[in-house]
Amino acid sequence: MQLSIWQMALVGVIGLLGVGFYGLLIGRNLVKLIVALQILVKGALLALIAAGSANGKMNLSQSLAMTVIVADTVVAVMGMALAVQVRRRLGTFDVKALASLRG
Amino acid sequence: MSLLILIVLTIIFAVLAIHASRLLNAALWLAGVSALVSLIFYLMGATQVAVIELSVGAGLVTILFVFAISIAGENEIETTTVLPKPLIWGLTALYVALLGIYLLPASLAGVPAVVEAPLAEVLWETRALDMLVQVVLIFCGVLGLLGILGESQAPITGTLADEMIARRERELAAMQQRAAGAGED
Repeated sequence: MQLSIWQMALVGVIGLLGVGFYGLLIGRNLVKLIVALQILVKGALLALIAAGSANGKMNLSQSLAMTVIVADTVVAVMGMALAVQVRRRLGTFDVKALASLRG
Repeated sequence: MSLLILIVLTIIFAVLAIHASRLLNAALWLAGVSALVSLIFYLMGATQVAVIELSVGAGLVTILFVFAISIAGENEIETTTVLPKPLIWGLTALYVALLGIYLLPASLAGVPAVVEAPLAEVLWETRALDMLVQVVLIFCGVLGLLGILGESQAPITGTLADEMIARRERELAAMQQRAAGAGED
């Protein structure tokens, strides 16, 4: 069976989204969680470009993908800032340490 | 066929990034995922986004990760997970199954022939609001970077301060030992 480009890209989309979701659930390290989030966004980007190539609207999907890349980078910056500050105040990257915020 | 090999390689790199024991290794595997994804974009015809993904995803974000890890240091965390492992596997399998059920039928549809406006027109006229949002987001990113660099506001925790004192004492002891050794000669 010959897979089309769109079907091959969908395999990648499902794989990347699955790995990212698994990483979000299994991770306890804040930095690892951001890495998992980045992998999820890579899957979403691939889905956008694949949809563009399937519909013949590549320019529209490219302009949307650019917005996603910028938003994704800002999310990574904010997440790392949060992680570094948590490490400074609590001495660890462990998400369980954040339970100390509970009143 | 080369596209399928790249896609499988990307998923393998993503798994390695999740399972890397050191944070620096995880950041570098993530850079690999970004580079491969940008190569896939190029092969699919999205050349402009491929260039941006390579420079921002594989370049800027990796530098950011390495910078933040070098500031905060590596941190060994016990390997037990917050949720029980069977539940994690079950949820992931359910997620992938749902994605497959809803996405794969869409892949059987044919490709319509569409004549599209050039990228510059789509970017600056059709999606003009997006560009405005991007400018605001970039400002947010700069503020976030200040959050990484804002060292002076945060107090050093007890463990870090103790570590610094112990290091200073070790250095002092070594200096005294050297001085004593020089005196004997």
